[in-house]
Amino acid sequence: MNDVIETDVLIVGAGPIGLFAVFELGLLDIRAHLVDILPKAGGQCSELYPEKPIYDIPGFPIVTGQGLVENLEKQIEPFHPTFHFGEMVESLTPTCVDGGPRFKITTDNGKTFDVKSVMIAAGGGSFQPKRPPIAGIDAYEGKSVFYAVRKMEEYRGRDIVIVGGGDSALDWTLNLQPIAKRLTLVHRRDDFRAAPHSVNAMRELVGAGNMDLIIGQTSKLTGADGQLSSVTIKTNDGTEKEVACDRLIPFFGLTMKLGPVANWGLNLHENLVPVDTEKFETNVPGIFAVGDINHYPGKLKLILSGFHEAALAAQKVHRYVYPDKKLTFQYTTSSTSLQKKLGVA
Amino acid sequence: MVKITYVDSHGASREVEAEEGSTVMESAIRNSVPEIVAECGGACACATCHVYVGEEFTDIVGRPSQMEEDMLDFAYEVKPNSRLSCQIKVRPELDGLTVTTPPQQG
Repeated sequence: MNDVIETDVLIVGAGPIGLFAVFELGLLDIRAHLVDILPKAGGQCSELYPEKPIYDIPGFPIVTGQGLVENLEKQIEPFHPTFHFGEMVESLTPTCVDGGPRFKITTDNGKTFDVKSVMIAAGGGSFQPKRPPIAGIDAYEGKSVFYAVRKMEEYRGRDIVIVGGGDSALDWTLNLQPIAKRLTLVHRRDDFRAAPHSVNAMRELVGAGNMDLIIGQTSKLTGADGQLSSVTIKTNDGTEKEVACDRLIPFFGLTMKLGPVANWGLNLHENLVPVDTEKFETNVPGIFAVGDINHYPGKLKLILSGFHEAALAAQKVHRYVYPDKKLTFQYTTSSTSLQKKLGVA
Repeated sequence: MVKITYVDSHGASREVEAEEGSTVMESAIRNSVPEIVAECGGACACATCHVYVGEEFTDIVGRPSQMEEDMLDFAYEVKPNSRLSCQIKVRPELDGLTVTTPPQQG
């Protein structure tokens, strides 16, 4: 029996729109918790293009994906949102109390939320590991092929092969090498995206003969009943190397999937959630959808659109959270009460 | 206009008149050439517009940038003449270019 987290709003997704929603809600004294499957905030901006310049954020002739996320995190600091990273929402149950919307939401990590409104800011969907283009790999998934390491101890004494060249691949190479029977890192080229200090540490281990590095691409998997016995790697000069392997961890990037939100009883239109353009509410009162995940006539998948949608949705959320309070429109430039909330007055 | 031939993984070829300034990926999408998916719309963020550049043109087309190499790590069966077609700008020097698509995109 786990504790129930009671708050005003649960925001599904901590990308740029989920983050800005905290601001708009916070100005109206509405508290929010955010759930995101990634280990950090920023969604597509920090996961797919942290270094790439964005040219169409109003007020910013040029800003990087990560730069925008950092600014948003700073902007919402006064409202102290609570983040739940590495988790995905699962079930949603309406628990209508006093006629107003109320929902119980569970996550895949065993948490339960009790909220008056839900803002789905899921963007393109949850980031899930991408399946590498290796024939027959699905037969081994969950048994000897894993896309994330949960319990390190399960890798002790194993012949481990890690595929990839980024931080995930190098971090796990360094973490698992000491407990593996033998660890082999496979990468398409001898140039790594990962942090230089991780790459140096890996090269030292290779130089000392404590692990192997093969430059090539995985061409074949050999095994039975879901248990791998070896992987074959084709090196760039065409030769094939067979490596004993009972645990394969491929890091091939992430892809986006809508996930359990698809089972919440919302009208869906090609994996997008239709909303009205006054409050961006779905067909279920109290559930809103903002950002790339929603759909309405004329919708543009722009960050600036998501910002606008969050601002309007917050107005309706206020009526659910404070049904007896009057909502007076105020400007941050002139309202002392807003400025006090922002900590600038 | 620049002539580009797209050869699919079954060997079928389609010749396209590509506009200067567009990309090899955009010319494929605009002309309904199959097997080029371009999930990210040309942002060099997905590796699903992967092509093999014809031998005669590899020097003229050039090598991938660092950013493109990072994305090619996620592509299927990358070869020395692999490029992400959203990063190849159509120029007059590419007239007569042939690109082949792999059997799988991502």
